[in-house]
Amino acid sequence: MAEASDLAGESLLELLAGFIVELRQAGLPVSLTENLDAMEAVQYIPLGDREAFKYALAATLVKNHSHWRAFETVFEVYFSLRGAEWSLDPDASDFVDPDEDQSQAPEGAGEGQQAQGGSGDSLTPEELAEMLYKSLMRGDQSMMRAMARQSVRRYAGMEPGRPVGGTYYLYRTMRNLNLEGMLERLMEQAQEDSPEPLTPLEERLERDEYENRIDSFKKEIESEIRRRLVADRGVEAMAKTLRKPLPEDIDFMHASRDEMVQLRKALQPLTRRLAIRLARKRKHGRKGALDFRNTVRHSLSYGGVPAEPKFKYPRPSKPEIFVIADISGSVAAFARFTLHLVYAISGQFSRVRSFVFIDGIDEVTRFFEGTDDILDAISRVNSEADVIWVDGHSDYGHAFEVFWERYGQDISSKTTVIILGDARNNYHASQNWVIKEIRNKARHVWWLNPEPKAYWDTGDSIVGEYATYCDGAFECRNLRQLERFVDNLV
Amino acid sequence: MTSQDPTNPSPFDAEPRFDSVEELRTALRNVDYLSDEGIAGIVYLADRLGKPILVEGPAGTGKTQLAKSVAEVLGARLIRLQCYEGLDESKALYEWNYKKQLLRIQATKSDTEGQNWDEIEDDIFSDEFLLERPLLEAIRATDPVVLLIDEVDRVEVETEALLLEILSDYQVSIPELGTITARQIPMVFLTSNNTRELSEALKRRCLYLHVDYPDMEREKEIVLTKVPGLTESLADQIARVVRSIRQLELKKAPSVSETIDWARTLVLLGVEQIDAETATGTVNILLKYQSDIQKVVKEFAAEQKSFSRGGILSPEA
Repeated sequence: MAEASDLAGESLLELLAGFIVELRQAGLPVSLTENLDAMEAVQYIPLGDREAFKYALAATLVKNHSHWRAFETVFEVYFSLRGAEWSLDPDASDFVDPDEDQSQAPEGAGEGQQAQGGSGDSLTPEELAEMLYKSLMRGDQSMMRAMARQSVRRYAGMEPGRPVGGTYYLYRTMRNLNLEGMLERLMEQAQEDSPEPLTPLEERLERDEYENRIDSFKKEIESEIRRRLVADRGVEAMAKTLRKPLPEDIDFMHASRDEMVQLRKALQPLTRRLAIRLARKRKHGRKGALDFRNTVRHSLSYGGVPAEPKFKYPRPSKPEIFVIADISGSVAAFARFTLHLVYAISGQFSRVRSFVFIDGIDEVTRFFEGTDDILDAISRVNSEADVIWVDGHSDYGHAFEVFWERYGQDISSKTTVIILGDARNNYHASQNWVIKEIRNKARHVWWLNPEPKAYWDTGDSIVGEYATYCDGAFECRNLRQLERFVDNLV
Repeated sequence: MTSQDPTNPSPFDAEPRFDSVEELRTALRNVDYLSDEGIAGIVYLADRLGKPILVEGPAGTGKTQLAKSVAEVLGARLIRLQCYEGLDESKALYEWNYKKQLLRIQATKSDTEGQNWDEIEDDIFSDEFLLERPLLEAIRATDPVVLLIDEVDRVEVETEALLLEILSDYQVSIPELGTITARQIPMVFLTSNNTRELSEALKRRCLYLHVDYPDMEREKEIVLTKVPGLTESLADQIARVVRSIRQLELKKAPSVSETIDWARTLVLLGVEQIDAETATGTVNILLKYQSDIQKVVKEFAAEQKSFSRGGILSPEA
């Protein structure tokens, strides 16, 4: 504790307080006790050990693995300048890197310059590429880190005070490095080194290995850019810029490609959790009527006194689900996620039928039947379903009309109809009488809209016209809202 | 931490069990548990802070094994509470031995007519008629114990509340007897397969440890330690193949224990070099779903140019 109090004076406490405020801003639920725990925990670890410090904070503050990424970003921003040796040096514009001097200088061309300048500015781009190639070949971590710093310094063209995000610099650096070409070269080398031609399996393993290394190299570049941005613009400003929404808060309609990958990853455990929870709820929810026989049987162990009443399990009926989804460009991602979720828990329903439309409508239940792979089925929906009638612009009215004609008679009082879409109808006729008719026959009609509620009924959105005939219309912009809806559905 | 009043030792002032993270890591390695920095660091912290650890992660990554290994390192008794739906306090905390109480009452009736009710009541709600369940056992123990609450996500949200008192204050309140406080703070591990979100109250009381699939190097070491007769080069290949499989989108990625099983099988079969044929022939040990197996077989047979995982190399983020 003595060593802690020396180093961790006011500044560390202040820093931690700011750090926790930023975590809360990013959406992580950090309670007061957890805050205190974190303060206590850091007393027991050597402050020089950055990894240990990170784990101590994570263990006390982050209690959900899907929040890890958000935590990591904030951590990097707050503690990146307090690098390997925990220097609190405010003069962070000096980028001379301690690692670079310690790291083994590569053999060959780079050696002289590397040792002299500690910056390697005099290398030609070809030499730089050659050194990077070698470090990737050998998987040399410290070398790769040095190379990442070098490439950022050289290629990113960072200008102090310029208000652009890190992705812009990242893009510039990556474009100059041509890592695709690097991978091909590494693979060719692997082919040559091997005494006999590589089998597909071996080749695949080699490729995975190199891709992994390149991936970690890319991470080094990202963190280097972040370090420099933080040094330039200060911790608070960067924390705000880099703040990433938690996976469950990512907006379906505006997700970047990177966020889409995260969403897909988050969806998998979510569906599993939901399926288990629903199955459990069904079995063990509210208790049913008294089970007389069972009670009497158990009373035998109490000498005939019915001390322990037993109840029957309730058997609620399973609804039949019709999903009608708009899969036109703007809302396609939302439709995909919802279909995925609904099929993942299809065991909870007596039957699921799905229909997709843009201006024409097509039943796609067949893609999901007889396959275990929901993702595969969804990609087939995207490529094979016949949903274009005239021009491929959303026409809810026409789609609903055709639906009513072809499938209307299948709707019964056991059916729950879920309609997904933003109801941006391109000023076509709404034909909302169809929804009214459906409502008359079905048990429930729900409308899920991936747009924020404030945008409803603006421009060509006519969700209000449909919503009057639905049992409810909900805003459903992220996984959190989607999960809540599905949970209540069963 | 060190200010100890010898007259009234509180369990919260106990000596720390480990001196440093490194020491703990070496000790764990000696009992064949290969931890990484994070795992060892958090166990160390938990001991210092006197807090339970909530261990989450995919199935088969050694969550339960961690508790067992820590118990082995400490030479402590492992008390295990396996959670399941419908677990209640009579199975987790304590229970009154009704039958024995009934017998006692009946015996008293026939013997001594004069004994009054209060005496009997005091008598039947005493220690003698108390059945200890794991949680109570753990905090009443005088010898060193490690408490493992396994698969805590299987109990209902309401039942979680049972754990709260013991996790934060290390005590159990029994209405008829009063509050029983721990004589020592045991190391407590809770494991969860994340089939549902645990309550905030529970999470707040614990340190959180996410155990993921190990990286390639660690996995290689793990199979080398756990499988006798395995050569270094085969272990390396195994680890690489498993890593490649985990990168595919599967229903259930192979766990560490499945990797170990696979390694054992390959050793038994006398395989020295994994080629595509051996891999596809034995992959059913790693994977448990038919669709996953088909996918992997297809991927491994595929010509290299025809597929690419894509994504990671593209310049835009």
